Amino acid sequence: MERVIVIGGGIAGMKTALDLNRRGIGVTIIEKENRLGGKVLGWHRLFPTFTPANEVVDTLKAEVASSEIDVRLGTCATALTEHSVTLSDGTVLDCDAVVLCSGFTLFDARIKEEYGYGIYDNVITSADLEEMFNQGRVGLKNGGRPRRIAFLHCVGSRDEKVCQRHCSKVCCVTGVKQAIEMKKLFPEADVFNFYMDIRMFGPGYEELYREAQQSYNIHFIRGRISEASPTIEGRLQIKAEDTLTGRPLKISVDMLVLLIGMRSNDDNASLAESAGLQLAQSGFMAPRDLFLSNVRSNRDGIFYAGTVTAPKSIGEVLNEGAAVADAVTEYLS
Amino acid sequence: MRRATWSEYQKDIADDKYYYARSCIRQNFFPGSERAFLNILSKDLGKDILDDPAHSSCTGIGYHSDIVPLETIMTVVARQFSLMNEAGYENFVTSCITSFGIYTEVLATWEEFPETEEKTRENLYKATGREFTKPKSLAHTSDIIFHFRDLIADKAVRRLVNRATGEPLKVVEHIGCHYAKIFPKSGIGGSEFPYVLAGMVDSWGGECVDYPERRHCCGFGFRNYLVQANRGYSIANSHKKLESMAPYHPDFIVANCPGCTMFLDKWQYTIAEMDGRTYGENGHGIPVLTYEEMAGLVLGYDPWELGMQMHQVDVEPLLDKMGVDYDPSAKYLGRNGKYIGKPEAAVVNGCSQDFIYDIKV
Repeated sequence: MERVIVIGGGIAGMKTALDLNRRGIGVTIIEKENRLGGKVLGWHRLFPTFTPANEVVDTLKAEVASSEIDVRLGTCATALTEHSVTLSDGTVLDCDAVVLCSGFTLFDARIKEEYGYGIYDNVITSADLEEMFNQGRVGLKNGGRPRRIAFLHCVGSRDEKVCQRHCSKVCCVTGVKQAIEMKKLFPEADVFNFYMDIRMFGPGYEELYREAQQSYNIHFIRGRISEASPTIEGRLQIKAEDTLTGRPLKISVDMLVLLIGMRSNDDNASLAESAGLQLAQSGFMAPRDLFLSNVRSNRDGIFYAGTVTAPKSIGEVLNEGAAVADAVTEYLS
Repeated sequence: MRRATWSEYQKDIADDKYYYARSCIRQNFFPGSERAFLNILSKDLGKDILDDPAHSSCTGIGYHSDIVPLETIMTVVARQFSLMNEAGYENFVTSCITSFGIYTEVLATWEEFPETEEKTRENLYKATGREFTKPKSLAHTSDIIFHFRDLIADKAVRRLVNRATGEPLKVVEHIGCHYAKIFPKSGIGGSEFPYVLAGMVDSWGGECVDYPERRHCCGFGFRNYLVQANRGYSIANSHKKLESMAPYHPDFIVANCPGCTMFLDKWQYTIAEMDGRTYGENGHGIPVLTYEEMAGLVLGYDPWELGMQMHQVDVEPLLDKMGVDYDPSAKYLGRNGKYIGKPEAAVVNGCSQDFIYDIKV
């Protein structure tokens, strides 16, 4: 039986493995964490439908569990070729093809020091907010209810200063979704979204953006926040420029949510070097082309699915899982 | 404040053998500070530091005013390095923040564009017959005091503590823009949460105040101040900072830039006279110290030897809080007991406040 190694046990890896397994191909999933699920495990609800994230992850996990897929947890790939994958403990697994589904890394908001993440209590990231939603404990550090909440888009995306020139694509709609969720939890609060462009590319996204403004009275201000500082009342003073009115703006808020971007994994470069793969300028893996071979690498027998090649939404990632299974099957036949 | 990131910004600071480059303007603004630095380094810490009379201005203010071209300032900088080489030193220490920014910028430019370094070498040789090697390390004098802050704490005769209450003194620290805002990695703690002054305050028992306009410009700003018509911007910036810090009741301000120290000090008088608005305890102003003065007080130096009588805002309330012994009658006696003159009475000079002042404490 042919065997394919899928590197990464997030939704891309699980979807790929399931579709290959259904075709009678032996699959091994290599996952560095001690559980399957990847980043989506940390998410509460998914845009634009507010579907619980665990519905997606749990369904895929249950299907993997009831399949014959070989799952290796708590280990990662350090090198690969089209015929083998070397694990962190030195084990070499032989295979007939490899699908790289190792995903992305969340941007570390501490790098944008001016926003005070890690220094000021009520500066949090979008991932932190999802974690709060999951725990059912959303509020200020002191347990209080926020009266004014600001979301800042593009933290670690489209930002040359931190070497992240690419758009992370999903943060805009995440900001809209989370703003609505906060407004539902704290109807008395004013919620502001500071953005440089709002990119509503997917089905239902534009409608959600409109709903945020019309039904929830969420304010959208075109301008980036330059800095956050503490006030004597324990709030946060933020400065920005409203670029539509051309005026500087300074307001105090109780909570600042940084919509952090998706950046490429640090080990992409070493994996690429081990296998002779090409990297995009952004550090993500570069597919053979962006149209007819977007799940193929430049090396026969090595494939990609999901956010290892670029930021993508969950729907797009799952589609790529199906597409790569087709491409691998064709290659093996 | 949890300045968790400062330790990620480190740079090599030499332990000894420094070539000292003075500031053009600090001699006028805070004349005792540079002497205090030399004394602290050589007498208290036993370090080798050369105060070379042959070095010149870095011409930084001329450069930032578009009077001195880039090629010229690079050649001037190269000459300073040549003097350092001639004296047998490798570690360049500069007293002025503008100069520190200039030296950092020139070295970075040479690194990035090697042809500019070659051209500078040619220019220096043509003009003076000199050659040079680049310094092994470049530091601002506040970096050096920061580097030895624990040694100074060991030798301290007093701490930054209110003697009457035992509480830490509340300190507003302000770094000059050219210390870290141009090249954040050249400053201890970077530009957003700089630690160079905060580290001294922490080590010597004080407590730093984080306030909304902590990062805001002090009001110096070459374009604000050097162009006379723009001076309103200068005072407006200082005013904004003072208004922002006032509710925190700071005991004093410490800065590491000649411009910041002077403007935050002297504009307090001007704001009082223009607007009737005064700050600090009893409206007598918030004293503004250089880091050498702060170190000097901790080490037990006489405040008048440190030149603190030259401040616009009187420092006596702070000296009393810290329990510093001083002779009030010697305040305006300069070297050899010569009377140096006394400023007109104003609210920031400790005269009694009257109804015209809107005291913001």
